[in-house]
Amino acid sequence: MSKLNLNQEIIDSSRQSAKNIADEVQKFIDLHTTVSTERAILRLLGVDGVDDIDKPLPNVVVDSIRLNRELEKGVAYWIGNAMLNTHLTPQQIAEKISIGELEITSLPIQDEDKIKNVIEKAAKPTIEKIKFNKIKREELGCQSSFSTPLIYVIVATGNIYEDIVQAKAAAKQGADVIAVIRTTGQSLLDYVPYGATTEGFGGTYATQENFRLMRQALDEVGEEIGKYIRLTNYCSGLCMPEIAAMGAVERLDMMLNDALYGILFRDINMQRTLIDQYFSRVINGFAGIIINTGEDNYLTTDDAVEAAHTVLASQFINEQFALKAGIPEEQMGLGHAFEMDPDLENGFLLELAQAQMAREIFPKAPLKYMPPTKYMTGNIFKGHLQDAMFNLASIMTKQGIQLLGMPTEAIHTPHLHDRYLSIENAKYIFKDARNLGDEIEFKKDGIIQNRAKEVLLKANELLVEIDSEGLFKAIEKGKFGGVKRSPTGGKGLDGVVMKDEKYFNPFIVSMLGGERR
Amino acid sequence: MIDLNKIKPYGDTLNDGMVQLSFTLPISNGEEAKEAARQLVLKMGFEEASVVYSKDLGINYTYFILYGKTTHTVDYTKIEVPKVEVDVMNKEEVEEYIKENIKRNVVILGACTGTDAHTVGIDAIMNMKGYAGHYGLERYEGIDAYNLGSQVPNEELVRQAIELDADAILVSQVVTQKDIHIQNLTQLVDLLEAEGIREKVILVCGGPRISHELAKEIGYDAGFGSGTFAEDVATFVVTEMVARLSQPQKAAI
Repeated sequence: MSKLNLNQEIIDSSRQSAKNIADEVQKFIDLHTTVSTERAILRLLGVDGVDDIDKPLPNVVVDSIRLNRELEKGVAYWIGNAMLNTHLTPQQIAEKISIGELEITSLPIQDEDKIKNVIEKAAKPTIEKIKFNKIKREELGCQSSFSTPLIYVIVATGNIYEDIVQAKAAAKQGADVIAVIRTTGQSLLDYVPYGATTEGFGGTYATQENFRLMRQALDEVGEEIGKYIRLTNYCSGLCMPEIAAMGAVERLDMMLNDALYGILFRDINMQRTLIDQYFSRVINGFAGIIINTGEDNYLTTDDAVEAAHTVLASQFINEQFALKAGIPEEQMGLGHAFEMDPDLENGFLLELAQAQMAREIFPKAPLKYMPPTKYMTGNIFKGHLQDAMFNLASIMTKQGIQLLGMPTEAIHTPHLHDRYLSIENAKYIFKDARNLGDEIEFKKDGIIQNRAKEVLLKANELLVEIDSEGLFKAIEKGKFGGVKRSPTGGKGLDGVVMKDEKYFNPFIVSMLGGERR
Repeated sequence: MIDLNKIKPYGDTLNDGMVQLSFTLPISNGEEAKEAARQLVLKMGFEEASVVYSKDLGINYTYFILYGKTTHTVDYTKIEVPKVEVDVMNKEEVEEYIKENIKRNVVILGACTGTDAHTVGIDAIMNMKGYAGHYGLERYEGIDAYNLGSQVPNEELVRQAIELDADAILVSQVVTQKDIHIQNLTQLVDLLEAEGIREKVILVCGGPRISHELAKEIGYDAGFGSGTFAEDVATFVVTEMVARLSQPQKAAI
């Protein structure tokens, strides 16, 4: 039932424009690969570890192929060819390359069908492992402990072992989702660090071992309290597909994963990010991982009232890119935020309009709702109230995932008791007003309905405009978050490679094909 | 009577010394835990400490809220805090001041440097829209403002400063942990000195953990904390430029 009386024709038109935009970009994506896409394929083929200067083996292999200008055929082709020649596993081949005992592009070229065959076999164990993880997640009660909005909190000590202490405490206090924030700066590394880590700033390195340690800890605490605790990390930056591969293998449950975020807010090259997001989303989709998109960020760099339509437009675009990668609506945690100036009169009504609009336009998506940050002042008492209003808006409009605000936002990364106070705040309001949304309707042509109507209209106009000039141009003009980026600027463009006709990625076939579900 | 030589917190009666505290101790909740929290507060120099709330945080750590009356006082008449000593001009006054006294455009570079990805602060000062109704430097006539964004390496910032012939550099540090921002800020000073342009630029830092005193201590010309708007920074930069112009140039070494 609609509370906002939105015009379905405009919603359909917006969705169609977004689809056209994504179709156009997908043509470009399909012709290219990237170094991180190739490294993700290696990881999924079981290549892991580092060489004697701590360079990850996936980087060693990709760099050695790239040095010989042969990455156009893709690592799967070269690893398959090497397997036929040497009868070694992909890991053994990578090790030999790292100690200079094997020149992978100099081996005799084998029959192409045989190469594909041997790689398909090598891909099997990881595909099976990811399928097993999906079943395991259900067995551990992921769905049965589902009560929305899910309470999502962040740990960010820099030390994975300290993170575990904080995560366990948060779970016991009632958190449903634990996100381990990454160390600042990791998004710009063109490799994924290796092993357990204890030093980080503003967060902890995303490494496969850290994923494993936290997963294990959350399973333990989950068993103790009788609830499955979801684990989240950041599938963004220069290594999107690799992080997705690691998360799928280690049974993460959610990933921050936005098609445009890296371009706008980390100045990563747009070609690179758009290609990278595709494979990362194919993996996330197949692994049953809920993606969280980053539209909330537009509202911290731009004004939340004036730029509200850019959030909706981006949600439409993210939806279409996600569908292309085989992500079902139930796994689309489309993002938005409660970021309006608290001095605004009736600001809460505008926030309600935005949240309810997202709910009605994306009915199956577990919407990811982000807390106030921009207008948090250091007055922890007022901040606690701002967070309470945010929680109220969420329960009234049935959001899916609630990233809890902290009263100490803008002061420090959360202390143990900050998180407790915030969880208590959310649990109180979610319980106290559980069915408020079911009981109320919005006044016809009132402030809330009119606001939603206006934002939808503006989003539609923007999407029509982007559809006619293309996404690259739109970003170049600064249509999102007021940030302007050029198609050849930013970091990571040198990692983009045009595919050769011999190129293949065995995982896209099996993850999008018959093996799904 | 308020005695400025002996200032004490005010709860509901002058000089009652009333303070609210909250903290967590790594022990499980119970009478012993509350007593431990109370004794700790007594050791901090409070009297009549009382625990009004305690809650186990789930891992046998306990959160407390307490009240106590402090026994300490401060002599307010002896307080000295170094501050940026200028009468703040508004946007139009700054623009007029540039026209009259500098007679060319002032080039100001801003960045959130090092690993910090939080641009809220630098955006509030630089961006066209500004913050809370105070327009940012990009909107100032007579100021060429360049916002380099987040996670800008110090080397890159220095390179741009040379290329754009910057008059002032604004560095924002918002989210920091284990004092990484201090290292990062000092490294910038070292780099500017190595390039021989430290004396040429007006170097300003800002952020919730930054004070003017701290900024001066680590070799900056000024530091601005929370609640700073574009006009505060602009006023300092333009008046400092003029002050330097009127001083004889330092001999090149």
